[in-house]
Amino acid sequence: MRARLLAAATGLAALIGITPLNAAPDNFAAVERGRYLVVLGDCVACHMNPNGEKRGAQGFVGGRPIETPFGLITTPNITPDRETGIGTWSADEFYRTMHEGIRPNGARLYPAFPYTYFTRMSRDDTDAIFAYLNTLEPVRNAVDRNTLPFPFNIRASMLAWNALFFRPEEFRADPNRSAEWNRGAYIVEGPGHCGACHTPKNMLGGDRSGDRFAGGPLQGWFATNLTGDQRTGLGNWSVEEIVEYLRTGRNARSAASGPMAEVVEYSTGLMTDPDLRAIAVYLKEPPAQAPAPPARTPIAAEDDRMKIGEALYVDRCMACHTRTGQGVPNMFPRLAGSQVVQQEGSETVLRVVLQGVRAAYTPHAPTSPAMPAFGWRLNDEQAAAVTTYVRNAWGNAAPAVTPADARRMRELLRDRP
Amino acid sequence: MNVRSEGFQMSDARLSRRTLLTATTALMGLVAAAASARTIQGLPWTGNEVYPPPEVRPGPWLFFTPDEASAIEAIVDRLIPQDELGPGGKEAGCAVFIDRQLAGPYGRAEGVYMQGPFPERPLPTQGFQSPLTPAQAYRKGLAGLAAHVSRNFGGRGIPQLSGEELDRLLTSLEKREVNTPEFNGSEIFDLIFNNTMEGFFADPIYGGNRDMAGWKLIGFPGTRYDFRDVLERPNTRYTLPPVSLIGRPDWNRAGGRG
Amino acid sequence: MRRLPRKDAVIVGLGWTGAIMGHELCQAGLQVVALERGPWRDTASDFNIGTAPDELRYGIRHDLFVRTAQDTVTARNRMDQEALPIRRWGSFLPGNGVGGAGVHWNGHTWRFLPSDFNIRSHYLERYGEGIFPENHSIQDWGITYDELEPYYDRFEYLAGISGEAGNVKGQILPGGNPFEGWRSRPYPTPPLKMQHAQNLFQRATTELGFKPFPLPSANMSQAYTNPLGVTLAPCTYCGFCERFGCANYSKSSPQTTVLPVLMRHPGFEARTECEVVRVLKSPDGRTATGVVYVDAQGEEWEQPADLVILAAYQLWNVRLMLYSGIGRPYDPNTNEGVIGKNYAYQANSSVNGYFDNQLFNSWAGAGSLGMTCDEYNGDNFDHTGLNFVGGANINCSTFHARPISARPVPPGTPRWGSAWKKATRDNYLTTTNVGSQGSNMSYRDCYLDLDPTYKDRLGRPLLRMTFDFKANEERMSAYVTDKMVPIMRAMGAKQIVATPKRGPWNVVPYQTTHNTGGAIMGDNPRTSAVNKFQQVWDMPNVFVLGASAFPQNAGYNPTGTVGALAYYAADAITQQYLKNPGQPLVQA
Repeated sequence: MRARLLAAATGLAALIGITPLNAAPDNFAAVERGRYLVVLGDCVACHMNPNGEKRGAQGFVGGRPIETPFGLITTPNITPDRETGIGTWSADEFYRTMHEGIRPNGARLYPAFPYTYFTRMSRDDTDAIFAYLNTLEPVRNAVDRNTLPFPFNIRASMLAWNALFFRPEEFRADPNRSAEWNRGAYIVEGPGHCGACHTPKNMLGGDRSGDRFAGGPLQGWFATNLTGDQRTGLGNWSVEEIVEYLRTGRNARSAASGPMAEVVEYSTGLMTDPDLRAIAVYLKEPPAQAPAPPARTPIAAEDDRMKIGEALYVDRCMACHTRTGQGVPNMFPRLAGSQVVQQEGSETVLRVVLQGVRAAYTPHAPTSPAMPAFGWRLNDEQAAAVTTYVRNAWGNAAPAVTPADARRMRELLRDRP
Repeated sequence: MNVRSEGFQMSDARLSRRTLLTATTALMGLVAAAASARTIQGLPWTGNEVYPPPEVRPGPWLFFTPDEASAIEAIVDRLIPQDELGPGGKEAGCAVFIDRQLAGPYGRAEGVYMQGPFPERPLPTQGFQSPLTPAQAYRKGLAGLAAHVSRNFGGRGIPQLSGEELDRLLTSLEKREVNTPEFNGSEIFDLIFNNTMEGFFADPIYGGNRDMAGWKLIGFPGTRYDFRDVLERPNTRYTLPPVSLIGRPDWNRAGGRG
Repeated sequence: MRRLPRKDAVIVGLGWTGAIMGHELCQAGLQVVALERGPWRDTASDFNIGTAPDELRYGIRHDLFVRTAQDTVTARNRMDQEALPIRRWGSFLPGNGVGGAGVHWNGHTWRFLPSDFNIRSHYLERYGEGIFPENHSIQDWGITYDELEPYYDRFEYLAGISGEAGNVKGQILPGGNPFEGWRSRPYPTPPLKMQHAQNLFQRATTELGFKPFPLPSANMSQAYTNPLGVTLAPCTYCGFCERFGCANYSKSSPQTTVLPVLMRHPGFEARTECEVVRVLKSPDGRTATGVVYVDAQGEEWEQPADLVILAAYQLWNVRLMLYSGIGRPYDPNTNEGVIGKNYAYQANSSVNGYFDNQLFNSWAGAGSLGMTCDEYNGDNFDHTGLNFVGGANINCSTFHARPISARPVPPGTPRWGSAWKKATRDNYLTTTNVGSQGSNMSYRDCYLDLDPTYKDRLGRPLLRMTFDFKANEERMSAYVTDKMVPIMRAMGAKQIVATPKRGPWNVVPYQTTHNTGGAIMGDNPRTSAVNKFQQVWDMPNVFVLGASAFPQNAGYNPTGTVGALAYYAADAITQQYLKNPGQPLVQA
């Protein structure tokens, strides 16, 4: 039994991802830094084994289909396997991929791989990531990468796209700002690639730079507004609340779910506290802001939709979220004043009501409670009414949700886990 | 809606982000050994996973013959009469409830230990010991009852009895006065009695307790799940209307079902 | 039969004890597999607020319990009778699936009295041998309250129990139970809010000289985060606890306290719908080598393991030991052998009160919403001249008024017709109840063995239960129920119906799912199946958790003691046993 315990301990070291054999003593520090940069970049979320396994090299074997507005893109194997991974790449080639979105064979990558953000990373940092990836066990896993439909499968088209939307450029610190702010800016705009989800996209999938962090629809969710707007953005969140949310996946206001739950589990939940603080400081004082969304007046309580919504809320929702929408801190999200429910788009709140959701898991906050599904019981009108209600009760204000919205969301969710 | 699938392995792979994988393809490569058991690591999560009971729909009898149905309807309406306090058992759907129960797993004694031997005289403390499923017991019991009524009420059937006659009949069954080797009157009475009460007070999703009549009679608020306000105001009458698993009228625009 | 890779430990059953033990063993670095014969269950999927409050499905048709077709017991009152299978659950309701009975319990979370653990020597010393009933087999537990106190504390803090301490380190505190054993610190959360019935009960009992206190509850009075980091939400008094899963994370269960951490532990895996059919033994019969289980498709698997933990419900732990030939089966004729010995239950009673002008609204309640008086429990009162051993707690609890099962009408009311209808309407909101939960001593002829006639679906004999309420329990129940009637009168009832416990035990009406014994603990391998660490005397790498270890039953709900004993065993394994595996922790 004791021998087995020892084996378990050694196994644990392997799980953490350090494989001492492959890491030469002289670059141990770089490898460690690379391991952490991989956390900052949330690389595992896309490159992990599609079966959910993400320990050690399994976090990088690729094959996960990524949903883009143009179709599915399957992620590549980035373990150092020579045939199916990046085992034959040089550090220069890796840098060029990260910095310009061009693979060693000259193929142009799609911006589902966020090189438009990674370009801001320093050469030192991409070298560190490359060093870390090379310590992984090489895993043979050939991935069929050509899953986009015509015409988006023509990679040459990215040449024109890049000309329109992309300029390779490393991050430059703002000397008028604190080191903490600059660190936050580097993470958010570089490896963290927050805007990849939280900045709305144009028709061609490029960032709408004037709408920086304004939030927008994303794969059947609505990525929240991260500007300083009081109602829909982070205006009411303190730095401490942002830090707690990113570290644990929850705070007194909200709980991460959907894509953000993964970001917390694989990335922000593993970041250092100073880095989380830096991110929060930067988000509270960004260099440029999208204009605030139009002011909204709550829909009147006498409105039929609100009355139906209130009946549903009282009968089915308040046992968790409470009659006054206050929720239970760190357990059931507060709906009154909630940023999530007041987004311009109703995707997230509709989706969560229809099919339920499990909140993020982190070792700091392991409960990860789940919202039950209600789509099996509510018709489209009822789903629209109850979401309209939570978006417009207790001083909240957001556009009404229509039965057609509910129907579209149901169609979108069909066959989705 | 997901039906719980056996022989199905699962991890807590979060498949939502950027993927369109179906659950099954995502499950390859995990703990292969116990292929037919469900092996679980992590906290499984699947959207829209829920196990609601099938909702009873109006329509023809699924179990009862027309004669049985009219007998049962007459009986449930004497057990729970329509009066100034509200609807009776028939209007509240008790007969529909029993019909649907007998046509389903309850009627088939699904999950019930039905292996013999079945001794003739079990102790009263040993409970239910019949080899008959509830569906079989009804079929046999109602036939026996029809014969008994025909013999004793001048060839008439149950629906032809007056309310008083029917009450007298039910009382004699209840008091075990009609237990013969051919016809165990108290057994069929107990079955109908228990199922009628179930039907009157169970959630309307099962076909009885129509319009929550049983709940409204006594003041039971149904499936409400938050009574913190009641605890704040003890010894006070509660004012919110009951809610069933299907909902209540206020869930719909005027005129909808509830 | 296919053989699976060896694990450090295999746990049979993933309810309270299996989850606690699983977590402790994984924390110690072991690779652990739990085999659960029921389905996976979780809050949002299985206890959805839109499906959970369904009395017919869960309360009446028993959806969360094991199907009798899968497993049941045969029952009789006396050894000269023929036992017959319980075909429909009634008197008790064994759980099924992940979370076990922890899913569908009410949440009363008690500590037994210090004198419950050394009951035989305690009564002997205070009253002499003459106090013990005829044919009894009452035994000390082989463990003291003081030894168990830290583990009660751990379970209470794991589960966030709501209550008012009555004795912190020997200091008697107002508002709590003055009779309870000392506790090292107060309850983790304050008591629940009380309903109208409890307010009347509190006033009445105080006037009568009792010291009422809030019933310790696993329904949360406020949000609580336990030492594992798992958070529970506040109870909303919905009245759907017992027989139901909780939809809003406000009742402690394995799901709401342990599983979120345990299930993600890299050393742990659970296999559901896998029924363990026997424990495998080494050729010399001294060591368990693993278990055999049958999966949902009927396929047999061998799971080898160094440690075997039986953490099923009390009845099934005993049955598995009998099937596997672990320990010597009990023989009531010779009083020799230990497996199946000292099966016990509980002797409960009730007093119904019908009121004018009081609205109890009893549908607004919680499994453990209640006030209790402990004056007549255990040996808190002088038994001299009473001619019985044991006692009962007296409580007024409002845990549900689900209308298929809870429609009290005054005696003399017809069972149907317009008069019944009117009486039901008039009394539904205005009736309340005071109950007692009584101890049950052990007797030579109350025991478990294998049935000679009836088989389960796999062709194995069913467990046979031979049990009745004895004169000792009837006298105790009559005595305590007599004390309850004046309370109900002082509460203001216009009509009172008292129902003390009387034999013969009947399998039909629900009484309590507090079955105990059959693999009892003690200090002597001749008279007990397991030592105080719940380690099998004859097979040191097998531990048997749960109420099967109780030598007789006390006047409290068992889960607090079951949880404490599980932690006690887990500590013994991780801190002592693993240093020297395969060895007995107590020398016989």
